[in-house]
Amino acid sequence: MTKAGFVMANLFRKKTRTTLTLMSVTMAFLLFGLLQAVNVLFNAGADFIGATRLITQARVSFTQSLPISQLPKIEAVPGVERVGWMQWFGGVVGENDQIVAMATDPLRLRDTYPEWVLPPDQWKAFANTRTGMIAGKLIAERYHWKVGDKIPMKSNIFPQKNGSKDWAFDLVGIYDGKDENWKRATNNVYINYAYFDEANQFGPGRAGIYILKLTDPKYATKVARTIDAMFENSPDETKTQTEKDFNIGFIKQIGDIGLMVRWILFAVFFTLLLVVGNTMAQSVRERVPELAVLKTLGFSDGTVLGFVLAETFALCSLGGLVGLTVATALGWLVEKGAGGQLPLQVDRHVWLAGAVAIVVLSLAVGLLPALRASRLKIVDALAGR
Amino acid sequence: MSTLVSLRNLSKIYQRGPERIQVLQGIDLDIDKGDFVALMGPSGSGKTTLLNLIGGLDSPTSGEVTINGQRIDRYNSGQLAKWRAANVGFVFQFYNLMPVLTAEGNVELPLLLTNLSAAQRKRNANIALQLVGLADRARHKPKELSGGQEQRVAIARAIVSDPTLLVCDEPTGDLDRKTADEILGLLQQLNREHGKTIIMVTHDPRAAEFATHTLHLDKGQLAEQATH
Repeated sequence: MTKAGFVMANLFRKKTRTTLTLMSVTMAFLLFGLLQAVNVLFNAGADFIGATRLITQARVSFTQSLPISQLPKIEAVPGVERVGWMQWFGGVVGENDQIVAMATDPLRLRDTYPEWVLPPDQWKAFANTRTGMIAGKLIAERYHWKVGDKIPMKSNIFPQKNGSKDWAFDLVGIYDGKDENWKRATNNVYINYAYFDEANQFGPGRAGIYILKLTDPKYATKVARTIDAMFENSPDETKTQTEKDFNIGFIKQIGDIGLMVRWILFAVFFTLLLVVGNTMAQSVRERVPELAVLKTLGFSDGTVLGFVLAETFALCSLGGLVGLTVATALGWLVEKGAGGQLPLQVDRHVWLAGAVAIVVLSLAVGLLPALRASRLKIVDALAGR
Repeated sequence: MSTLVSLRNLSKIYQRGPERIQVLQGIDLDIDKGDFVALMGPSGSGKTTLLNLIGGLDSPTSGEVTINGQRIDRYNSGQLAKWRAANVGFVFQFYNLMPVLTAEGNVELPLLLTNLSAAQRKRNANIALQLVGLADRARHKPKELSGGQEQRVAIARAIVSDPTLLVCDEPTGDLDRKTADEILGLLQQLNREHGKTIIMVTHDPRAAEFATHTLHLDKGQLAEQATH
C-alpha cells in the first residue's frame, strides 16, 4: 500500500458517484478539446499565411466586386510586385456539394501564390485552355478527378448568357501545397477568368478581390494606405488589408468564433466546478472520523490537505485525460471523414491548455474541502462534533 | 521501573459557546514503563479527556504532560503529530479502520510515515497481524471482518510502528463478553510479553481486572488508585 494507492482507494470508495463525476469531467474536457480545436481551426487558417500578400476588396463589402480597370493603378503602387484577382464563382458539384471555386487569371495566380505547386506544363495548359480548370489535390482525390476529365459544375451566383447555371470545365491540372499547411488547404478549384468573364450573364470586367504580392512585407501598411487613398471618394472605394486579416474577417461573418467558444467553455466549466466541488465536499464531510484517525496516527495537517487535493487532482486528471483523448480521436475521425477539408486537430497546444485547466480546476474544487480536512480538530471529530 | 508518563497539576477547560467547562483539575499522576493502567470513572468524569492529553491528541489548559522525558504540553500541532507517530498507538471503541483498505493496508497505514520501503512495510504489517492472530485475514476489508477481528486489526495498527505507549479508549465497548475477553487477553499479552505500556479507559470492572493498576476519576479529579 502506498500514499498514491490510498488516494486512489478513497477516490473510488463510492464507485457510482465517482464514475458519474468522472463522466462529467470527461464530457467537459471532450468539449474543451473539440471547441479549442474549432477555435484553432478558424483562426489558424490564417496563421500560416505570411505577410507578403495584401487583399483589396470593396470597402462596403467583399460581396461587392471591383472594376478590373483598377488593376493597372494598383500594380503601379511602389512596393507591389504583382497583382492577381479572383471572383467567387459559387461552385456546386455532385449531388449538391458546395465547393470553393474561384475565377482567376492563371498566370497571375501562379505569380501571386507561389505556394501552389503545379508543373509548368499544367500552368501553361491552364492559361491556354479557355475552359480550363485546376483543382487542389485533396478535392481531386475526394471526387476522383483526373487531369483530362470534363467537370460539370453549377454556379450558385452566375448563370451563363443563356440563363443556365450549368457550366463545364476541363481539368488541366491538379495542384499541391508547398508544405503541410498548404497541402491541407488544397480543397479549392480555380477556373479560367477569361472564359468566365466572357460567358457570364452579369457582364465582364469585374473582380471580387485583388491579391497583391509585395516586394517586401515591410511595405504592407504603406501600400494598403496608398491604394485605399487612391480610390477614396470614388464609386468603388477599397479596403486593403493583409491576407490574414482578410481571412479572419471572412470567418467572423459567421460569428466571433473565439468569443462563442469562450462562453460555452465558461458555462461548461462553471457547471463542472459545482458538480465536482459538491462531490469532493460531500466526500470530505462523510469521512471526518477517518480524517481524524489519520491525524491521530501522526499524519500532519499538510499531509491530510495533500491527500484531499491529490484525490481531486486524480479525479480531474483521469476525466481530463480521457476527455482530451476522445476529443483527439474524434477530431482525427472528422478530419478523415471530411477528406482533410476540416482539419480538426486537438494538437499539443490544446493538450497544454487542457493540462493547465486540469490543475486550475483541481485547485478550485479541491482547496476548500482540503483546507476543511486539514483544520479538523481531532478530539471534536472523533467525538462526532 | 522508570516513569514513562508524568502529569503535574494538569487541568483542562473547554469553552462551549459562552460556557467554560472544567473537565480536569489538578491531576498529578505517574505511570511506569510496562504498566497496564485501567482508567475508570462515571460518564463525564474526564477519562477520555485525560487519555487524549496523554496521547497528545489535545493540549492542556495548564499543567505539565511529560512522556518519556518529553514535555509534550509544549508541542505545537505539527510536533505533536510527529511525536504521536513515533510514540503512541491508539485503539478506539469503534475500531476506526479505513473501510477502503484491507486489514494489511490498515496496519500499514502508520508505516507510510516512516522511511521503510513498500516491501518492509508489508512485512512489518504482516508480522503485526500474525501477533494478533489475523495473518490469514490480511486481504480482507473491514466489512468482511467481525467486530473482534476489526479490533485485532486496530491493535495491530496500533503496535506496528513499535510505539512506547498504547492508548485504548473503551476497546471492548462494542464487543460481546467472549470477544471482549479475547481482546483484553491480547492487550495483556502485549503488556506482559512485549513490555508495552498500556493506558485503557473502560467502564467495565471486568476489563479492569486485566490491568496491573486501576485509576478512578471523578468530576475531573483522581479519586483512588489500586494495584492488582
